[in-house]
Amino acid sequence: MAQPSAASAADVPSLIHARGLTKRFGSFMAVDGIDFDVAPGESFGFLGPNGAGKTSTMRMIGAVSPVSAGTLRILGMDPGRDGARIRARLGVVPQQDNLDVDLTLRENLIVYGRYFDIPWAEGARRADELLDFAQLADRRDTQVESLSGGMKRRLTIARAMINQPDVLLLDEPTTGLDPQARHILWDRLYGLKQRGVTLVLTTHYMDEAQQLCDRLVVMDKGRIVAEGSPNSLIAQYTTREVTELRFPVGTQAAALPTLEGLADRIEVLPDRVLMYAEDGEVVAEGVHARGLHPETVLVRRSTLEDVFLRLTGRSLID
Amino acid sequence: MAGSSSTVPAPGGFARLRARMGIGSWRRGIHMLERNAMVYRHTWLILFSGFFEPVFLLVGMGFGLGGLVGSVNGPGGVAVPYAVFVAPALLASSAMNGAITEGSWNFFWKFREDRFYETVLSTPLSPNDIALGELGWALVRGGLYSMGFLVIMALMGLVTSPWAILAFPAALVVGFGFGGAAMGAATFMRTWQDLDFVSMATVPMLLLSGTFYPVDVYPDALRVLIQLTPLYQGVDMLRKLTTGAVDASILVHVAYLLILGLVGLSVVGRRVGRTLLS
Amino acid sequence: MAASSIARVFEHQALVYRRTLRGSLFSSFLNPVLYLAAMGVGLGMFVDRAAAAGAAGNPALGGVTYLQYLAPGLLAATVMQSAALESTHPIMGGIVYHRIYYAMIATPISARDIALGTLAWITARLTMIAVIFAVVVLAFGAAPSAGLLLAAIPVAVLTGMAFAAPIVAFAATQRNGEAFPAVFRFITTPLFLLSGTFFPLDGLPAPVQAAAWLSPLWHGIALARSIAFGAVGSNPGLALDHLAVLLLFAGGGTWLAVRNLQRRLVK
Repeated sequence: MAQPSAASAADVPSLIHARGLTKRFGSFMAVDGIDFDVAPGESFGFLGPNGAGKTSTMRMIGAVSPVSAGTLRILGMDPGRDGARIRARLGVVPQQDNLDVDLTLRENLIVYGRYFDIPWAEGARRADELLDFAQLADRRDTQVESLSGGMKRRLTIARAMINQPDVLLLDEPTTGLDPQARHILWDRLYGLKQRGVTLVLTTHYMDEAQQLCDRLVVMDKGRIVAEGSPNSLIAQYTTREVTELRFPVGTQAAALPTLEGLADRIEVLPDRVLMYAEDGEVVAEGVHARGLHPETVLVRRSTLEDVFLRLTGRSLID
Repeated sequence: MAGSSSTVPAPGGFARLRARMGIGSWRRGIHMLERNAMVYRHTWLILFSGFFEPVFLLVGMGFGLGGLVGSVNGPGGVAVPYAVFVAPALLASSAMNGAITEGSWNFFWKFREDRFYETVLSTPLSPNDIALGELGWALVRGGLYSMGFLVIMALMGLVTSPWAILAFPAALVVGFGFGGAAMGAATFMRTWQDLDFVSMATVPMLLLSGTFYPVDVYPDALRVLIQLTPLYQGVDMLRKLTTGAVDASILVHVAYLLILGLVGLSVVGRRVGRTLLS
Repeated sequence: MAASSIARVFEHQALVYRRTLRGSLFSSFLNPVLYLAAMGVGLGMFVDRAAAAGAAGNPALGGVTYLQYLAPGLLAATVMQSAALESTHPIMGGIVYHRIYYAMIATPISARDIALGTLAWITARLTMIAVIFAVVVLAFGAAPSAGLLLAAIPVAVLTGMAFAAPIVAFAATQRNGEAFPAVFRFITTPLFLLSGTFFPLDGLPAPVQAAAWLSPLWHGIALARSIAFGAVGSNPGLALDHLAVLLLFAGGGTWLAVRNLQRRLVK
């Protein structure tokens, strides 16, 4: 399970260090004693379904939510004592954009910079630079109200960068965006990563985790159930390929006994059957050879979704 | 250099005491003022129009009604023209209204609906800094109106004593008391309907607290009750200053309003922290 | 049928209103109690004392106490203020905040039905407010004749609609609610204070009196007062003038409200 990572085993001091980190709301355990380390320059993800405890963990890292038990050190400091000093060096992108809708794009960044005591002139200089980076420079003097969802998201990220943070915290950065806007956003975040910015993000999209994370932990019900790079998790917990079978409505149950032994592992979902094996085509041929005729047969590579299904018996998105 | 830990010094003795009282850092709280000032650059009409309301009231009540009323007994039992009597009370009510608009409606919006304070709390600012900064802004806004109103009073000849110079800081004290109290109350409200409680408190005060006529018309028990309302404190203080009937009771009024505001501030810091930093 | 569609819109508003019924009735009741107690009784003592002493010549109250003078004027003025509130943000809500009007025009209901149904609802609301106000006035013993005061209620409601209809028309053109505080501060509040609610305009300079002719509130108050005091007969022509101005504002406003809402919703 959650071993201290390779990053902390080496002598690199971790930017974020958690041992037995716990968050309780009354009798509800939102985060149940998790251990992790984030190294400088790395891109670290919390993957899990809604309610897994990702946002609670992020809020504790952001020093806006007291730790119920365990140890948490951010940039070597204790969030309970040095909250303001920690927040001065973080950039935060919350789940829902909360921009100042009455202000222009540029004013949003400058005013936010003032909360970090960034002088006006310096704030204006950084704002222009960040608006360029976020590909919003041509709209810098318009009001936020007129922006699309993807643009607002990019502006929120630019705003989080105004204090040149050591760590950028992103909570579900692309939830609710259309596919094109997501790709633009990923591209911008990848750019930040290449500049050496440490990213910590939560997501319930496995494609996002695969795109952005060097290393991630899979969370479920407040606990960490696996840790590693996207590829190592796939290698460790699932087969190379998956064959997805869809049967005509009402016939899936009858077909199941015939599928026995065709794959390394079989997962039965309400609407389809997943057959895990090294070579999916071989499975597909086997299915036909046994006289079964699913409506559709899809052979694909395993993803983090399959890892999650294997670890928890549930899907990421319900 | 922003982003280095040196921008947030470790708290010293005085800062610790202040924090225990629930009073934030002015150096950080001022960023809330800067933000509000920038927002109102876009919605200046709202800001500007607030100045006219007390002026309309002064013209209507002071002069229109004045024609019917003639003169009434001011502080110290001296008969004064009705406009002279009512003008300082309108100054006090306008300071109250300004502070309450910022402190209840605008504060509630940013606290519950807009989640603006959550954004601010992800930066080095604390709940106490927010409370102090927002109250500071309410005072700047209210102070502008008070200043304008005082000038108009003087031009209309409704200021009869040099003590009136102190009416400006006194109006700020009224704003401080009501602003802190309104914000404190707003932290307990859950829906927009709950905000109706605010007007249920302010409208009776506005009408009954000696604003439009002397409180000696009331039976003794009722009069004492009315004299305990914060608006009466403000009205009486300002009326004494602009008519020159100054006595030591003004210090009691100041203390009352300052304590009200400080208690409100400390409630705000605590409640914002408890709600948003959970 | 348009008439039944208008009724559907009215029903919708009434259903929504039920949620805030209790608080709303309470303040409709408390508001006149406070104003009549403070201004009518409290301040009235000083006005009546001055009249008795003859110190400040106020012949204009026409031989009634200040409380009696104030009551019908405040009735019309209060209905006007409620009218302004009911015609601003609730309209913005339908168009912008929760966009329920767009859901309505996706059904057999038309933009015209929405405008007329909403105005009908506002009329009903204002009638409730006026009736409660009149009951409070009677409880204060502030009306020379109960029957005449009740006869003034339709005038007060019409005065409210002379504001509600044009304001709905204005709200239908707005992108957000930012202009509304200016409407309250530059139109309804000064009119509330300066249209003869609290004092007669007779003694004021001639230009001010001429300006009052442009204020529907002044006409509404003057008409409500002359009905409540049984004085219509002394100058029926003037009463008809007042009525004509109120009808012009209410009717013209309704026409504009229908037109503007159609332009806004149907594109």
